Formats: sequence, C-alpha cells, structure tokens
Amino acid sequence: MASSSFVVTRLTLTDFRNYAALRLDPGPGLVALTGANGAGKTNLIEAVSLLAAGRGLRGALFEDLARQGATRGWAIAAEVASPEGETRLGTQWMPEGDGSSQTRQVVVDGMPQKSPGILSHHMKVIWLTPAMDRLFAGPASDRRRFLDRLVTANDAEHGARVLVFEKLMRERNLLLEDMRPDGVWLSGLEAQMAEAAAAIAAARLHAVQALQNHIKFLLKGSAFPASILSLQGDLEDRLKAMPAVQAEDEYRRLLLESRGLDKAAGRTLSGPHRSDLLVTHEPKSMAAALCSTGEQKALLIGLILAQASSVKEESGAAPVLLLDEVAAHLDRKRRAGLFETLKSLGAQSFMTGTDEALFNGLGKDADFLHVEAGIVTRQ
Amino acid sequence: MRRTTGPEIERLIQVLAKLPGLGPRSARRAALHLIKNREKLLVPLTTAMEDARDKVTICSDCGNVDTSDPCTLCRDPRRDRSIICVVEEVGDLWALERAGAWNGLYHVLGGTLSAVEGIRPEDLSIARLVERAGHEGVKEVVLAVNATVEGQTTAHYIIDRLKDLNVATSKLAHGVPVGGELDYLDEGTLTQAMRARRPF
Ligand SMILES: Nc1ncnc2c1ncn2[C@@H]1O[C@H](COP(=O)(O)OP(=O)(O)O)[C@@H](O)[C@H]1O
Ligand SMILES: [Mg+2]
Ligand SMILES: [Zn+2]
Repeated sequence: MASSSFVVTRLTLTDFRNYAALRLDPGPGLVALTGANGAGKTNLIEAVSLLAAGRGLRGALFEDLARQGATRGWAIAAEVASPEGETRLGTQWMPEGDGSSQTRQVVVDGMPQKSPGILSHHMKVIWLTPAMDRLFAGPASDRRRFLDRLVTANDAEHGARVLVFEKLMRERNLLLEDMRPDGVWLSGLEAQMAEAAAAIAAARLHAVQALQNHIKFLLKGSAFPASILSLQGDLEDRLKAMPAVQAEDEYRRLLLESRGLDKAAGRTLSGPHRSDLLVTHEPKSMAAALCSTGEQKALLIGLILAQASSVKEESGAAPVLLLDEVAAHLDRKRRAGLFETLKSLGAQSFMTGTDEALFNGLGKDADFLHVEAGIVTRQ
Repeated sequence: MRRTTGPEIERLIQVLAKLPGLGPRSARRAALHLIKNREKLLVPLTTAMEDARDKVTICSDCGNVDTSDPCTLCRDPRRDRSIICVVEEVGDLWALERAGAWNGLYHVLGGTLSAVEGIRPEDLSIARLVERAGHEGVKEVVLAVNATVEGQTTAHYIIDRLKDLNVATSKLAHGVPVGGELDYLDEGTLTQAMRARRPF
C-alpha cells in the first residue's frame, strides 16, 4: 500500500532496552504514548529513530541498547509505508569479541546492506527531545550537529562529506605535529579539505534557506513563533559574497597561511567545523539564547515543524516525527496548535507524556497507547 | 581448556585462521577438509606453497609479485611502455588485468599516505615511480587509486612530485563511487572508468 507520508505500520522489537519482545502496529497519524516515568516511552521512539542512519535520538552506544540480561544483542524490524510502497527495514546489533561492535547490520526487504546510510532512501525521521532544550544556549557544536542532521535529511551525501572533511583535518593536524611537516602532503590534504568545505557550506546554506522559507509559510499565524536563521562560518560567509570556486581557493590559501598558527594551537582554527547557526526570535527580535525557557521551546518546536515541512516538500512525503515530552511544556492553546499543524502536515507523529489528559484534544482518529514496564496496550 | 587435537593440527588451524576471509570456524572446516583429502589437496597444496615460497619475488620495476624479476607484465613486448598505471596494491593490479582494462605498464605503491597510521611518502614506492616516469618514452601516468581520502591524498602528492617531468597525469573517471575500492568494483565499471579517465 503506498502512502503520502512515511508511516511505520509495524514495529517489532527484540531485546531492545526494556522490551524483551514487542509487536506494535501504530496508527498512521498522531500516536500518543502515555505511561509513568521509566515505563519505556522514550525507548520505543528511540527504536523508531534507529530506522535512520546514526545512533538514534539518544546518540547511545549500540551495546547499551541491548536489554539487560540479553546475551545476543538487539534487533528492530519495521514495515514502512511511503509513496514508494511498502518496505521492510531491519537493523540489528550483536556483541562481538573483535571490536567491530560499533557497527550494526541493516537489512532492506530481506537483503543485507553495506551501510546504514541506505536507510535514508526508505525512511525519514525527525525528532525533538528534552536533551535539545539547551540547543540555543548550549555549545555551538550542538547546533552544528543539529544543522548537519537537518541538511542530511534532504541531502543524503552531506553526512559523508562531513566525515571526509573531519578525516582530512585529523590527518592535517597530525602532520603539523611533525618537526618539519611535509609541505606537499599538507597541500594535498588542504586542497581536498577546501573542496569538501565548500560543498559542506553550500549544502548548509541551501538547507537553511529552504528551512527559512518553510518557517515563513508554515508558522505564519500558528501557535509557534517564527525564527530568523543565520549561518556563520569562514566558508558560509564567503559563499554569500563570491562564487564557490573562489571561496574554495581562499579557504585553501587560508589553510596554507595558518599552518604555523594551527600547529601552535594543535588544531585547525578555521573551517566548517567551527560554523554556527544563529537563531533569532522573530516577533521579539531577540537572540534565541536570550529568550525564556518556554520561548526557546516554542521556537524549537517551530523549527522542527518547518523542518518536517521542508523534508515533505523535498522528498514528496512527510517524515515520521518523534516528539519526546513535548506536550507537557505547552499550554492548552499551543498544544491544540501543535496537533493541528501535525495533522495538516499529515505526518505520523509519536508523542510521549506521563499524563493522559495532555492528549485529550487529539480526537478520535489518534492512536492512544499505554506503556508499562516494556508492554504496550492500546487504549 | 581441554585439548581435542594434537598440536600439529591445532597449529594448522591457527595459521589458516589468519588468512583473509577465514575465521576460526571456517579455518577448522578448511583444515579438516585438507586432512581428509590428503593426496588430492594437502600434498599438492604443500608443494604449491613451497614453490611459491622459493620462487615468488617482487618486481623491482613495478612492484608486482611474480616468479621472475622483472615480472611477466613488465617483460611483455606487446604492452605499451609509454603509459604507466599507478595502483595502491597488487590486488588492484590484478583487478585491472582481470577486466582487461589496461594495456600499459603498472606501478604498485604498496599502500597510501596516512598520518594516523604512520605511512609516509618514503614508505611507499613513490621515488621509484618518479624515476620510472622520467624515463624516455613515458607519456602518461594514470592514477588508479581508490576514491578514498587516503587514495586521493596520495594522488595529490604524486601529481605534485611528477609536475616537473614531461608527462601527462590523469585519474580514473566517475563511475568509481566515493569511498570505492577498485578491488571490489565489477569489471565493466572498471573498464568504463579507465576509458573515461580525465587529466588531473
Ligand atoms: N538496556 C536496557 N535494558 C533494560 N532496561 C533498560 C535498558 N536501558 C534502559 N532501560 C530502562 O528503561 C527505562 C527507561 O525507559 P524510558 O523509555 O526512558 O522511560 P520513559 O517512559 O520515562 O520515557 C528505565 O527504567 C531503564 O532502566
Ligand atoms: Mg522519556
Ligand atoms: Zn613488473
């Protein structure tokens, strides 16, 4: 059955976190997960987040995902409906003595895949967790990671480009530690760094531009404030003012000229690994970091919704949304506004909360699930 | 742990387990298979391995492994001596030969530059390459290195070292996926990439 959004129609967990064995057929629209603290609500949506490449919404180590006492690792299987049709996705991890345990296996329609990156062709998923509450006030590295995940959602190659840049940079940093670093070798690394950096910055600028458009159009008159996004970085600033080849050239020259400084610092002082995403609360014209906790949360929700809308436009199908403990932070009006926007996006949206009353306004077509000690029952 | 076999069999299993693609389980199975087929397999294998040990050398021109130095490829009069194809490992050379994608000479580097693994220019056969490329009659050097960070860094390095010589340099065209390793490419893709090579 084809679907106009990405929808997890069946989820099967084996020895994953506090789930020994779970089989769940979630509804295609809004899904409310309620239950006491520690029941396993976040664990459940974490499993869904692992249907995308990466380490899931907690960024956990794969070994920590295995149910305590289980000896053979964990497995997640899912059936996903999308405009492409039905796809069976599977991912598993098994403990191994030989150190290869930071990789997991991915299976698509029964065929083992070389790398988890392939998942982005079959499933799009976006999440918002309480750990992201400090996104605006916290370190730039968190915003950069947020930004890069956002770019990757619509540009599957981006993640690989970032890894390539980081690898080149590590090589350069190591070489600079030499007494007399090999200049030819360094130039080779720097040429590739500049090429990767320009591509990374261009992809980021493109994604931020797209997101800004969706913020404008989706959040207008909504319960969530619009934000103004601004990307700052050596390459990003240059790309706004000059052609890409020139930006690349200038950055390469910058690397060449700052070898001494970088050597002294023990790291590469400029580049896309230092960029930052600056967010401003539009109605208040105030930097997001200076806004109240509640205002920051509302801004963040707005960003995530706009991101979902942007993914929907680019991929032709709304992504699955995982909203952990989001409803509890909103007053009734905003909550209703959130449900409304999720419905209009047509996104399958998993929302968690301890209190069932939070989801009163959801309406009859939502799926109400109760979680208790790793067992899920439909209300 | 309790012994289940004599030390000779145990040692055979341990050595087999060091071969690429063989784990402890499959090594055990292979050892058993050899022992069971003593005349048909174990004896000819022993002889073949002794011959290999006694005769195989590394070609001092191109770095290929063969039983003669210079190797069969380097001595073949039908090959085009004006073009040299640079590969990382002997396995890549074999992949190109299997595909029949190249009729020139080869040069095996023996690895790629990697600061983190401590592999430096002097650890690779780069000086010898520069020497060969400077010989009269050499017109083009093709860099058929992997599309990995290490492969491309090595390519940049070599291009710089060759820039004062009177030779053209080129690299494999698209078709080699990013992060791709030659050894794993199918033969059609490899031939295609070689035909469509571009100046560096
Ligand atoms: N690997 C694991 N094996 C078994 N239980 C786990 C594992 N990891 C976490 N848990 C348990 O899961 C519970 C937390 O589940 P979580 O989904 O975060 O709860 P909540 O419903 O509050 O979101 C805790 O009780 C924790 O002990
Ligand atoms: Mg939770
Ligand atoms: Zn030879």
